[in-house]
Amino acid sequence: MTLTDQHRPAPSPRSGAFLEVRDLRVHFPTDDGLVKSVDGLSFGVDRGKTLGIVGESGSGKSVTSMSIMGLHKPGTANISGEILLDGKDLLSCSREEVRRMRGKRMAMIFQDPLSAMHPYYTVGNQIIEAYKIHNDVSTKQARAHAIEMLDRVGIPEPHRRVDAYPHQYSGGMRQRAMIAMALSCDPDLLIADEPTTALDVTVQAQILDLIRDLQKEFNSAVIIITHDLGVVAELADDILVMYAGRAVEYGTAEHIFNEPEHPYTWGLLGSMPRFDRDRSERLVPIKGTPPSLINVPPGCPFHPRCRFEKNTDGLSQRERPELIDNGQGHLVACHMPQSQRQQIWRDEIQPLL
Amino acid sequence: MTVTETTGATDRREREDLLTVTGLVRHFPIRRGLMQRQVAAVQAVDGIDFTVKRGETLSLVGESGCGKSTTGRLITRLDEPTGGKIVFEGRDITHLGDGQMRPLRRDVQIIFQDPYSSLNPRHTVGKIVGAPYRLQHVTPEGGVKKAVQAALELVGLNPEHYNRYPHEFSGGQRQRIGIARTLALKPKLIVLDEPVSALDVSIQAQVVNLLEDLQEELDLTYVFIAHDLSVVRHVSDRVAVMYLGKIVEIADREGLYGRPMHPYTTALMSAVPVPDTKRRTQRDRIRLQGDVPSPINPPPACRFHTRCWKAQDICKTQEPPLLQLAPGHEVACHFPENAPDQKPSGTPADATA
Repeated sequence: MTLTDQHRPAPSPRSGAFLEVRDLRVHFPTDDGLVKSVDGLSFGVDRGKTLGIVGESGSGKSVTSMSIMGLHKPGTANISGEILLDGKDLLSCSREEVRRMRGKRMAMIFQDPLSAMHPYYTVGNQIIEAYKIHNDVSTKQARAHAIEMLDRVGIPEPHRRVDAYPHQYSGGMRQRAMIAMALSCDPDLLIADEPTTALDVTVQAQILDLIRDLQKEFNSAVIIITHDLGVVAELADDILVMYAGRAVEYGTAEHIFNEPEHPYTWGLLGSMPRFDRDRSERLVPIKGTPPSLINVPPGCPFHPRCRFEKNTDGLSQRERPELIDNGQGHLVACHMPQSQRQQIWRDEIQPLL
Repeated sequence: MTVTETTGATDRREREDLLTVTGLVRHFPIRRGLMQRQVAAVQAVDGIDFTVKRGETLSLVGESGCGKSTTGRLITRLDEPTGGKIVFEGRDITHLGDGQMRPLRRDVQIIFQDPYSSLNPRHTVGKIVGAPYRLQHVTPEGGVKKAVQAALELVGLNPEHYNRYPHEFSGGQRQRIGIARTLALKPKLIVLDEPVSALDVSIQAQVVNLLEDLQEELDLTYVFIAHDLSVVRHVSDRVAVMYLGKIVEIADREGLYGRPMHPYTTALMSAVPVPDTKRRTQRDRIRLQGDVPSPINPPPACRFHTRCWKAQDICKTQEPPLLQLAPGHEVACHFPENAPDQKPSGTPADATA
């Protein structure tokens, strides 16, 4: 679509973005109760832009991406809200329609390439299959394309490797082959779910560079899902911080890293040893553990773990804070007034990082 | 036994050696054919030397397949070395049998990476943490139950959870159970094999802090195996960088992170993603090409020469010895960074990119 020059995510729902998610809710009924994996999530991504979704395990990151791709088994999940891809609502499309969009309109890179690739088919066959479905080409042409894609992602000897099976690839090569597969039909939207978590740092650096280069070339919209703030800082233009199925902070990468306002984001930043700063004597962890999604704490779901919970006079135990724009396109869901949040960040949090 | 005259952690240099490893080798044979003849060997660890001083933390870092975990299993004697020597507290334990090792297991313990598979799901926490007493026929003061509950309390778990099963705990709590089990017999040396990499960021920080507190309280010695360079910098006194079964650089923390000398160390460090958006544009990253070569058939001489941008002919023919180039800083490289060239003889070395 059109490349908007506005850098900041406007308050949701923002219209006109290439991918727009509005008030997405994904609930799974189970024997133990209703699991509210995603509970009212809105965001948007433009073409040529990268959105980073950050959160701990169980925060709903992957469930969100699976709903966009339409990969939830019918009948298991109750999905509501709107997912607009180029103006078309994916949730009201039939499964067959969504299936046809997968690959060409949107593609996904999974965390574990070994289980995401079919062990019985060669890597080449798996790329050829997808390419032939979306393009009217002969097998020979598709094969040439597959070799070209493998070459592009830096697989050595692609002519030979195209006939190899996934288990014959090393971990880094498998992940690159997955990327080649995902990009073989020039998708407009690429979702990368923890694309580098299983990889070593040197390979991770190669893969991140690759995603960045290919995005520039194809002008795709990219969503990168990770728990590693370092990885999103490398790639993302906008960042969405998720906690217990909801967004707690949403803004540009500059805002999130330089003036974060949510105590959970502070906690994440304080938990990581910083490679680029002097070594701190002690890390500042977030106390407690992430909540169960069946029993999300009432009020602000983060309040049992929040160091600043007392600043709200008990409001955070009763009422769920809304995600509110602080006036600069930076959205925060916290009961503390903005001036207080900024002051705490400046005086208490930032000096310790 | 205890070095009482040294005050605190600052005098670690004065402390005695707890563990000395010389020329340690572990080759896993590859057998083929009817006669199960050995046709090749995976050279997982191929001649490494290091010492661990009482009370310090030595980290082993490197990419997957570099032999760091095998080293951990060898020094805890969960695996039999092919060659070399392991001396623990002045006693050669290289080829002790199971029975002879058993009394020593009180002093040497290991914590595994995956808190899900390292705890028996059919045993209660009490039974898991109490197992060391049972196996060693030790009756702690006040009974096993009391000792187990004290250990649980020590690692920050509720002692009342004595009768619960592992599945009732989160990942971070399970890792704490594993830590409580290793601490039960008050060991001297603990090998930690990727103890935090399976945990969420906020939980990682809790466990790292816990490990630091316990070390101080109980005067423990750690061998910390990890691939995350930021975490390693945070916890270590000294760091050994491994590549394909060899130690390429070993130094104290300040030396290694401040003035890395081996090109591989430099490349590893430049690949670490940094959570800072300002850095994104102004970093010049060293992109290593390709993957780690196979340890079945490692490159001759300097094993890093296939991926090294400074490599010259001598690197392919002559293996660089591990030399001390600065106080407490040993490097195995002909053309180290931040130090004069170590070429034995011949032409002046103009390192080219």
